[in-house]
Amino acid sequence: MLDLLAGFVTELRNAGLPVSLTENLDAMQAVQHIPIEDREAFKYALGATMVKNNAHWRAFETVFEVYFSLRGPEYSLVEGQDEFDDMWREMQEQMRDGEGKGAAGGSMDSLTPEEMAHLLMQALMNGDQALMRALARQAVQRFAGMEPGRPVGGTYYLYRTLRNLDLDAMLEKLMEASREQVGGELTPLEERLEHDEYNERIEQFKKEIEAEIRRRLVADRGAEAMAKTLRKPLPEDVEFMHASRDEMQSLKKALFPLTRKLAARLARKRRHGRKGPLDFRSTVRHSLSYGGVPAEPKFKYPRPAKAELMVVADISGSVAAFARFTLMLVYAIQGQFSKVRSFVFIDGVDEVTDYFRGVEDIQEAIHRVNTEADVVWVDGHSDYGHAFEVFWERYGKDVGPKTTVLLLGDARNNYHASQAWVVKEMRQKARHVYWLNPEPRSYWNTGDSIVGDYGTHTDGVYECRNLRQLEAFVEKLA
Amino acid sequence: MGHRFDSVQQVRDGLKDVHYLADEGIAGVVFLADRLGKPVLVEGPAGTGKTQLAKSVAEATGARLIRLQCYEGLDESKALYEWNYKKQLLRIQADRNSDAWSEIHDDIFSDEFLLTRPLLEAITADDPVVLLIDEVDRVEVETEALLLEILSEYQVSIPELGTIVAKQIPLVFLTSNNTRELSEALKRRCLYLHVDYPDMDREKEIVLTKVPEVSANLADQIARIVRSIRQLDLKKAPSVSETIDWARTLVLLGIDHIEAQQAKETLHILLKYQTDIAKAAKELSIDK
Repeated sequence: MLDLLAGFVTELRNAGLPVSLTENLDAMQAVQHIPIEDREAFKYALGATMVKNNAHWRAFETVFEVYFSLRGPEYSLVEGQDEFDDMWREMQEQMRDGEGKGAAGGSMDSLTPEEMAHLLMQALMNGDQALMRALARQAVQRFAGMEPGRPVGGTYYLYRTLRNLDLDAMLEKLMEASREQVGGELTPLEERLEHDEYNERIEQFKKEIEAEIRRRLVADRGAEAMAKTLRKPLPEDVEFMHASRDEMQSLKKALFPLTRKLAARLARKRRHGRKGPLDFRSTVRHSLSYGGVPAEPKFKYPRPAKAELMVVADISGSVAAFARFTLMLVYAIQGQFSKVRSFVFIDGVDEVTDYFRGVEDIQEAIHRVNTEADVVWVDGHSDYGHAFEVFWERYGKDVGPKTTVLLLGDARNNYHASQAWVVKEMRQKARHVYWLNPEPRSYWNTGDSIVGDYGTHTDGVYECRNLRQLEAFVEKLA
Repeated sequence: MGHRFDSVQQVRDGLKDVHYLADEGIAGVVFLADRLGKPVLVEGPAGTGKTQLAKSVAEATGARLIRLQCYEGLDESKALYEWNYKKQLLRIQADRNSDAWSEIHDDIFSDEFLLTRPLLEAITADDPVVLLIDEVDRVEVETEALLLEILSEYQVSIPELGTIVAKQIPLVFLTSNNTRELSEALKRRCLYLHVDYPDMDREKEIVLTKVPEVSANLADQIARIVRSIRQLDLKKAPSVSETIDWARTLVLLGIDHIEAQQAKETLHILLKYQTDIAKAAKELSIDK
């Protein structure tokens, strides 16, 4: 047991979770107080002592599943099978009773695909947990085509299984069935509720399948190797440019509390600034109440001018996600700047400040930016040179000594002219010019990336591949 | 030393008796906190019953609840203890001529002149207490350090008096709305519990316990609608307390089956932003 826990903790640390020695000891102690057979309690005991950040919970769950859940009795291959076969037989009885048609009997393996689909539909309809789990096992066994020792990731098997099950069509069928049940049309509200309900059940079923695949892989390759392949970056370490849809969701979720924290921290920084020089006038005024003795010296607190911010972002293809996040972050803390103006470009450039004005919902503004802004000049391939030139022509006069300009993009210019002089002139007029690049540093200046050409004229080029780096930069900026 | 609970199940039952429905995770962590004698740091979205958990645990164990509400600018004299200097002054003046200096000195720094504040009070209490440190994320990082000694050792050091050690280890709950990252030192000393929105079945149960007049059918509908609303991308998802308010409203209006129209009209109880309300109304009635 001790070895297992030690390996578990090592894996957590490898996954990026900060588990300290005392927390490890606490976990060992906590485990003694709960019945070891109670998997849920065991999980919460470990979680409460070792995971102190909710964003890390999912990573913890994955590792836990690999290390512990799969060793439970309910998962052992041989005994479990009987149990499910029993249940299957029972189900079959019911089917015979109900509809007068029965399969060949015996075990689940002999099911035809149609019967299986029918069974699955019933399980989903009634929310029958046990049957769903049994079907998940059966589906994996049948469709995933897993072979021991084959070096293929779990997602591949998951994809194969789901393709065969066609759950989208299943959802439609379920909706239809519930419509029939009521006899006629559902109101839109009911329709929506039913839809969500079934969706949730199907999601649950998918999770069962995933767990099943994982369990088989662990049995095949061992927990340590498996945990390694399952390791996923924490939300703050996910790269903008390669985030999957799920990861995008969790990024968005992570962004909101982050902006709140950032705003609170910046406001505090502003308030608790250094002391300034003695304010003579105020000191003398206050000395009157002490009979002319300057007993209470007053100081001039510096009130640093808030910066004016101009964001110029490339919103083409792969860097679009990065631009979106930066814009969202900047607007979420716009109170920290005296003025924020934003421009987007691909090969043409357009101002989008108005989209954000008076809008409560930043998401919607971003959506408008993506659909309405006029950013295409010739062919819709990035042309930094032309975009900068036009920007400078149209808005250059607004750049002043208080302005900080943020240029966002990977500087992949499709071999057009760089027009780096624009950035050079920009820097002469503006307070600061920064460049944020979502690509890893090692890719810079390879292929058609000319970030170096521009970079020499800026006050700094920063690598911003994930939320952590973006946050660090924005804090420095304000 | 006796424990308050014998098993996780007992925690659940105890909390249920005082109308707090704990899930496996919550009950498990409370049980561990009792066994290990460690504080619990409760985090989660607003309105999911973090503070209520502490109150309910106090009620279930028959303990006194001592609450320290945190705010920016909270300091030692508000959280721990303060010398009652007016009384000290009186004491000195009362026998100005008689006592020797050392005697007075020893005298004025004694228990009699000490004003206890929540933290010290929780430690010196003779009866069982539950200490609730509410919204700990509101104090500055430096002030957090104040709590460290009491959280790990259950003692308070007063320079003039020495160290006061707890007579019995109280159950301690800290709640946080996660407006800032708490320091590692604080987190390390606590068990961590994240309270999220309850799943549909639990929410239904909660509605049924808190609003007894509601019919099972209506409660089911409420829980399902709330779950659908929470899946939308909103500024502020409806909290449990808002769900309960909504249930009460519906009962008062004499509604037993929610139609789209009624849902739309009472939506402002669940959601507090105009954009959210518009979005939810759109999603729930027109879409599909």
